[in-house]
Amino acid sequence: MSSKNSVMVFIQQDDGIVSEVSVELISKARDLADKLKVKVAGVLIGDGVAKKCEDLYPYGVDEIFLVEDKRLAHYTPVPYTKIMVDIIKKQSPQIVLYGATTTGRDLGPRIASNLKVGLTADCTDLQIGDYKFKDSEYKDILYQIRPAFGGNIIATIVAPEKKPQMATVREGVMKVGTPNPGLKGKVTPVPFTFSDSDFPSEILKRLREEKLVDLKGAQVIVAGGIGVGSKENFKLIYDLAHTLGAEVGASRAAVDAGFISKDHQVGQTGTTVRPKLYIACGISGAIQHRAGMSESARIIAINTDAEAPIFQIAHYGIVGDLNDVIPKFIKAFKAKQ
Amino acid sequence: MGLNLIVLVKQVPDTQNITGEAMKEDGTVNRAALPAIFNPDDLHALEAALEVKETIPGTKVNVLTMGPPSAVQVLKDSLYRGADFTALISDRKFAGADTLATSYALKCAIEKIGAYDLVFCGRQAIDGDTAQVGPQTAEKLGINQITNVSMIESIDPKKKEVVARRSIEGGFEIVKSGFPVLVTINDEEYIPRPPSVIRMMTYKNASVEGNGGTYDESYMNSAQVKRNQDVISLWDIATINADVESCGLSGSPTKVKKIESVILKSEDIKMIENTGDAIAQMVHELIADHTLG
Repeated sequence: MSSKNSVMVFIQQDDGIVSEVSVELISKARDLADKLKVKVAGVLIGDGVAKKCEDLYPYGVDEIFLVEDKRLAHYTPVPYTKIMVDIIKKQSPQIVLYGATTTGRDLGPRIASNLKVGLTADCTDLQIGDYKFKDSEYKDILYQIRPAFGGNIIATIVAPEKKPQMATVREGVMKVGTPNPGLKGKVTPVPFTFSDSDFPSEILKRLREEKLVDLKGAQVIVAGGIGVGSKENFKLIYDLAHTLGAEVGASRAAVDAGFISKDHQVGQTGTTVRPKLYIACGISGAIQHRAGMSESARIIAINTDAEAPIFQIAHYGIVGDLNDVIPKFIKAFKAKQ
Repeated sequence: MGLNLIVLVKQVPDTQNITGEAMKEDGTVNRAALPAIFNPDDLHALEAALEVKETIPGTKVNVLTMGPPSAVQVLKDSLYRGADFTALISDRKFAGADTLATSYALKCAIEKIGAYDLVFCGRQAIDGDTAQVGPQTAEKLGINQITNVSMIESIDPKKKEVVARRSIEGGFEIVKSGFPVLVTINDEEYIPRPPSVIRMMTYKNASVEGNGGTYDESYMNSAQVKRNQDVISLWDIATINADVESCGLSGSPTKVKKIESVILKSEDIKMIENTGDAIAQMVHELIADHTLG
């Protein structure tokens, strides 16, 4: 079985745990590969991570290239680049996908630079289609779709002339497919010899805490802005969130005013979220905030100011005092349950 | 023993303050209507380099930018804040460069400077938010990188080592690397110093008025620019010894197929009366389409 022409995914692991975005990418790669009638390949690099491969086959990866070494336990750019470049050269995938994480955004550009191929950052959609340029026509090219200019435009980028076509994809954008336990894959260990010069970065300390606030993973977010008025009054926001099983978000203004901690901040300098439902309470909707939540599937805006920009992107708008609206919302939801 | 530092900066359209007029009817960005600013993260990178300069005497801060002649503005600003030397990498042949072609030109320019210890970049530029040019340049230079750095923890000019704090999801890493290394600086810790009035007086003659952001080659040869070549150099494709095919459009594998303007569709909004019944109806709709519940 050759992985030539495959759709390849860089499978990111952190502390031995495969990142959620990698599973999302395998699911998307499966879709793309089915359209292209090719295989899905993965590359997993780490130390003692071989057993993780089993968990990934049900999502549709056919072959995982595994590279293990004690010094590869944590990501550093130089050795990971060397490995990826080598595997890409040998396996000739037509597409390579990375999560747009701090790791993927560190690694992808180095590989692209080495291979002199294109890389599109932070894609929010990937499609297969044709492309005409001057006299040339390219079949089955990867459309790499991403926001640009601070979210003011959506650009479709192609890199038709060189393979592989590469993209980083934001976390939480691609849907995880339903795992099919019947799907089988195989793991192919790839031996590597390293020298000390392959490890110029030394990680002296590493601290990662499971976030107490999981905005990215939340299906529903209830967010409060300066209009909430006080730290005490954020209880209303928590009450609604609790009722709906939602996470609590906040605008920068609310964080700066000390109403709530920065972990909750949504927006350009906070977390970018794409929940099924975003309920903005007392948030005016500055571009910096909108940049972090405008891709939510549904947006409800609750604001006393009918002219607030948040209403321009909302699907439902309620002009009113959140102190009045939220209790009605809670009551209505409880009645439907 | 002073260090030789290089800072890569970019002049960008101010996408954070975009207005309706900044978008043309065909959905493309009307750059002329947008103010051109110093890319915010690059100001943090410049600040990081200037703070290293303050701790290690004899350190030189070189600032490079690639862009049209009007980009000289960010170099001028860098001089006001404390840079020692700046160069504008500008040539028609660089036009249309994607991140790969840009990193190639920057690599050529850095090599023209010669021996260096650290390269500082902003984490990303606000026009594209790709965060790619830094790592791509490091790879082309064949050097190590530490990206998304919030703080340079320590720097040892004798051992030629830097320790940096790198932000990662849910925490941080403390990373040590030998020189030369490229670091990209984020907006978490470094607060850019304001331009110094004294330095503004000193480099007033080095200042060249911008020309509204349009490309004007005659400007490249203006006497004003020539007079100040000791602090603002102009480097074209020949100066940095770059291969034409690897620059600009021909060196760029990515093409923009389509641009769509994000239109705020206020007409799509459903206004809900602030009454119990209307809100209950909305909740019912959201449950019915599986958004809630």
